[in-house]
Amino acid sequence: MIDKIRDLDRSRVNALHSVADRWRALPKWQRGLGFVAFVVFLYYLPLLGIPGLTWLRTDSISGGSNWAGVLFTCAVYVLVAIGLNVVIGLAGLLDLGYIGFFAIGAYAVALFGSVNSPVVKWFQAEFDLPATWAVTWAVCAFIALVLALISGVILGWPTLRLRGDYLAIVTLGFGEIIRIVARNAEGVTRGPQGIAAIPGPEGPPSPDNQVFGLIDVKPWYWLAITVVLIMVFAVRRLEHSRVGRSWLAIREDEDAAAVMGVYPFKFKLWAFAIGAALGGFAGFLFASRYAFIDPTQFNVNLSILFVAMVVVGGSGNMVGVSVGAVLLAYLPERFREIADYRWLAFGLAMVLVMILRPQGLIPSRRRARELKDRAAEAEEAPAHV
Amino acid sequence: MSDENTTPAAPKIPAQPGPRKALLEIDNVLLRFGGVVALNGISFDIQEGEILGLIGPNGAGKTTCFNVMTGVYKPTSGAVRFRGERVTGRKPHQISRLGISRTFQNIRLFPEMSALENVMVGTDSRHKTSVPGALFRLYRVRPKPEELPEVTASGGILRTWQQLRRSMAKTFGLSRHILEERAAEDKAMELLRFVGIADRANDEARNLPYGYQRRLEIARALGTEPKLLCLDEPAAGFNPAEKEDLLGLIRRIRDRGVTVLLIEHDMRLVMGVTDRIVVLEFGSKIADGRPEEVSRDPRVIAAYLGEPADAA
Amino acid sequence: MNFDDLFGHIGQHTVDGLSKGAIYALIALGYTLVYGVLRLINFAHSEVFMVGTFAVLGLWTAFGVENNPPIGQAILFLVLGLIVAAVASGGTALALERIAYRPLRRKNAPPLIFLITAIGLSLVLVEIFGLVLPKLLGEAVPSMFGRARIILGMPTIIEQKTLFTVLGTSITNIQLIVFVAAVAMMALLDWFINRTRYGRGVRAVAQNPETAALMGVNQERVIMLIFVLGGIMAGAAALLWSMRFGFTQSSIGFVLGLKAFTAAVLGGIGNLRGALLGGLFLGIVEVYGATLFASNWEDVIAFVVLVVVLMFRPTGILGESLGRARA
Repeated sequence: MIDKIRDLDRSRVNALHSVADRWRALPKWQRGLGFVAFVVFLYYLPLLGIPGLTWLRTDSISGGSNWAGVLFTCAVYVLVAIGLNVVIGLAGLLDLGYIGFFAIGAYAVALFGSVNSPVVKWFQAEFDLPATWAVTWAVCAFIALVLALISGVILGWPTLRLRGDYLAIVTLGFGEIIRIVARNAEGVTRGPQGIAAIPGPEGPPSPDNQVFGLIDVKPWYWLAITVVLIMVFAVRRLEHSRVGRSWLAIREDEDAAAVMGVYPFKFKLWAFAIGAALGGFAGFLFASRYAFIDPTQFNVNLSILFVAMVVVGGSGNMVGVSVGAVLLAYLPERFREIADYRWLAFGLAMVLVMILRPQGLIPSRRRARELKDRAAEAEEAPAHV
Repeated sequence: MSDENTTPAAPKIPAQPGPRKALLEIDNVLLRFGGVVALNGISFDIQEGEILGLIGPNGAGKTTCFNVMTGVYKPTSGAVRFRGERVTGRKPHQISRLGISRTFQNIRLFPEMSALENVMVGTDSRHKTSVPGALFRLYRVRPKPEELPEVTASGGILRTWQQLRRSMAKTFGLSRHILEERAAEDKAMELLRFVGIADRANDEARNLPYGYQRRLEIARALGTEPKLLCLDEPAAGFNPAEKEDLLGLIRRIRDRGVTVLLIEHDMRLVMGVTDRIVVLEFGSKIADGRPEEVSRDPRVIAAYLGEPADAA
Repeated sequence: MNFDDLFGHIGQHTVDGLSKGAIYALIALGYTLVYGVLRLINFAHSEVFMVGTFAVLGLWTAFGVENNPPIGQAILFLVLGLIVAAVASGGTALALERIAYRPLRRKNAPPLIFLITAIGLSLVLVEIFGLVLPKLLGEAVPSMFGRARIILGMPTIIEQKTLFTVLGTSITNIQLIVFVAAVAMMALLDWFINRTRYGRGVRAVAQNPETAALMGVNQERVIMLIFVLGGIMAGAAALLWSMRFGFTQSSIGFVLGLKAFTAAVLGGIGNLRGALLGGLFLGIVEVYGATLFASNWEDVIAFVVLVVVLMFRPTGILGESLGRARA
C-alpha cells in the first residue's frame, strides 16, 4: 500500500519536474508572457465564467460561499504562507505562534482605525478630537506592519538562541498569550465583545462606500492579490540574494554557516521580523475586510493550520506553500461534504507528508544559475577525482 | 620524496625583513572538560605562508586544538592570537572575518544548495548587502568600466535598450547588491575551477560524489578569503591517486598566499607537503620541527610512528 | 493586585497548587521520558492523556456509574479506571511510536520533522475523538460522545469533603488522593527506572545509545518501553483528572499538555524528579498568580514561566538527563 503510494508520488513528481524543465527551457520573452498571462488570470478569477471551469466556483454549489470572498481568504492565506515560509522554509525556524502576528496586525487596524476602539476614544478625549476621528486606513497599514515587525523582533531577540524545538514551543506559548491578552485586556481591546467599524481604504464601513463595501468582495480580492504579488516579488529578491543564501545555510547547518562567516542570530532575527511583518499585514487585510474582529478568530488552531499550509505544500518554495495555502483555504469551501473533516484531513496530511515526503508535495529545485561559461566549462572539465 | 616537498617554504614567500611573522600564535592553551584535561598548556605558532602539519595519535587533541582556534571551544586558560589579535572569546563568524577558515572532518556542506551557492555563502562573508540592500537596491556604487552592462545586440530595439541601460548605469551607478552578487558568483566560479569541480557547479551538494564534496568544502572555505586555512583530515577516504591530487591542490592554495594548517592521519601526506610539523600526544606538544627532524625524533617515533621506516 | 487574598490564605493556595501540580507532573513524565532517551518532544503526548480521560469516561459509562456510589464501588471503579486508562493511554503512546515516529527514526529525520509529525498526530487524535467518533457513535452513546467537540460530564465518583483543617487551611479528600496517588505513581516509576533491569537499559540508552547497543541493550524495546511508561503515567493523570474535575473534551489536551511540558522543562527535561518538582512548582505559581491577578490570566502565567525558564535556564531546575537522574 505504502509502496504503491510512493510509486504514484514518484511519477507525479517526475511529471511536475518535466513540466518545470520545459518551462525553464522556453525563451525568456515567452516565460515573461506566460507570467503576465497568469497574473491577468489571477485578476480575472473572481469573474470566472469560462464554460467548463465554472464548477470551480464555490457558489456553483447550493448554499456555497461568495466566490470572491473565498478567493480573498485564499489570497490572505497565501500571504500568510509566504511570510511563514520565510521563517520555516528558508531559515528553518519552526514558528507555531504565527497567529499571534496575524492578530497583532488585525488589532493594529482595529485599535487605531475604528471609532469603536478604546484607544481611539482615548485619543479623542485627550486631544479634543471629533467623535468621528480615527487613524486613516493607510496609516493603519503602516502601523500594522511596523507593530508586527517589532513584535517579531521582541519575540525573536531572546528566543532565537534556543534550540529549534524549544523555539517552536515558546512561539506556541506566544500565540496563546496574544489571544488571551486580547480576550482579557478589556479596557484596550474590548475583550470578547470585539471591535467593529474597522476601516477599509474608503474609511469606516458604510453603505455609501463605492468600491470597498461589505457586499461586493471583488475589490477586496484585487487588493489582496496585489499585495500578494508585491510580497512575492520582494521575498524573491531576498531569496536570491546574500540574505537568502544565509538563511538556507543556517537551515542546513547552522554551525558550518557560522564558520563561513554568516552571523546566524542576525539573519534569523531578520527572517523572524520579515515573517512577522507579512503575517501582521495579512491580519491587517483580514480585519479591514471583515470590519469586525474578536479574540476567538485568533485561535491557536489557526497557527497549526498555517504550519500545515507551509509543510504540506513544500516548505522553502513559494509555489509549494502558495499551493498549500490555496488548497487548505479553498477545498473545504468548494467541497462542503468534507468541510467538517478539514482539521482531520490537515492532521493526516501533515503526518503523511512528513513520513513520506518531508520536502512537501510540490517538488522544488534551487534555481540553477544561468552560468555564462557553463558549456565551455563542461568541455574542459578536468579529470580530477 | 622530492626535494621540493621537504624543504621549508622560505623560498616561496617574498623575503621579509627581520624575523618572520607569526600568523597565528597559540599561547599556553589549557582546556579542561570537567576533570579531563584535553589540551595541556600547548604553545606553537603558525608562520605566514607555510604549510604546517598537526599530527598525533587518535585522541591526542588535534581536532580539539582546531576547535579552539576556530572559536568552537573556549580555552580554560591561555590565548590564541591571530596577527596579534585575540581570537579567544570571539564568535565563529567574527573569527571567519578575521581571516581564519576551516573544513570539517565529517563533511558539513549545505546539502540542498548548489555547489556554486555553497561557495557563494563563503564569498558572501566579504560582502555587505543585507535585507534593505537586497530588497530596495537603493545603495548605488559607481561600477568599473568592465562591470557596465554590455551592448551585444547588433541593432534594433534591443540595442537601443542595451545602450540605454549602459548609460543609465554610467550616470546613476549600479546597486551594490547586483555588483556584489556578480562578484560573488564570479569568485565562486573561479574557486570551483581552482579546486577542479566547476563542471558540476549547478548540482546540489548532496548529489556530488564524495571527492567533489571534499573539494567543495575547500572551495567554500577559500571563499571567505582566509589568511589561514585549516584543513581537518581532507584526505580521509581518498585513494592514493586522489591523495596525490590533493597534495597538489594544497600547494597551489599556499601559492595563492594562504597559510595552511593541515591535520592529517596519513603520514606520507603530511611528510610530503608540509614545511613544519607539530606533534601532539595526550593533549601535550611533544615535537615541533621540520618533517625530517620530526620523523627522526625518538619521542615521536615512540608515540606515533611506531617504526621509523614508516615515516620516510 | 490582590495581595491580601494571596497572603491571607497562602496555605490554602499552596495546597490547591500542589494538588493541581501533581497532575501536571504526571503528564510531564511522558515528555521527560521520551525526551530523555530520544531528545525529541512528543507533542502528541497531550492527546495520550486525552484518550485516557475518554477511557475512564467509557468505563464509567459502560458500568452505568451513578453520582456518589458507595465507597466499595467507588474504589473498584477507580482501580478499574486506572487500569483502563493506563492501557488506553499506554496503547495510544505505543501506537504513535510504531506508526509515526519509528519510520521517521529509521530515516534519521531532524527533530523539527518529528515535531511537525507530532502536531499532525495530535490534530488527528483530537478530531477522531471530537468529530469522527461522535458522528459514528454519538447517538448510540451520547454520554460519551454526544455532539461534536462538546464538554462531556462524568459522574462524581467521590464526593468532595474537607478532611481536616490546619491553621485555616482545609484539605479535601480529593486533593489528598490526587497528591498521594500522583507521588506514589512517580515513586513507582522512579524505582522502576533506577532499580530494575529494564530501567537500567533505559538509563543506558539515555546516556549513550551507541555504547548501550554494543552492550546488548535492545534499543527498540527501550524506546517502546518509555512510550508505554509515559502513557501509563498519563493514564493515571487522566484518572485523577476525571475524579477531580469530572469532565473531559476532545480539546482538553492542548493547554494541559503545554503546561505539563512547561513543568518538564522547568524541572529539567529528561529528569524524572525534575518533572515532579516542576509540576508542583508550576501548580503553585499558577494558583498564586491567578489569585494575584485574575483567574483568566492563569494560562498566561504558565506560558510566561515557560518562556522565562527557556530563556534563562533551559536546562531547568535540576538539569537535563534521564541517565543521571539519581545524581
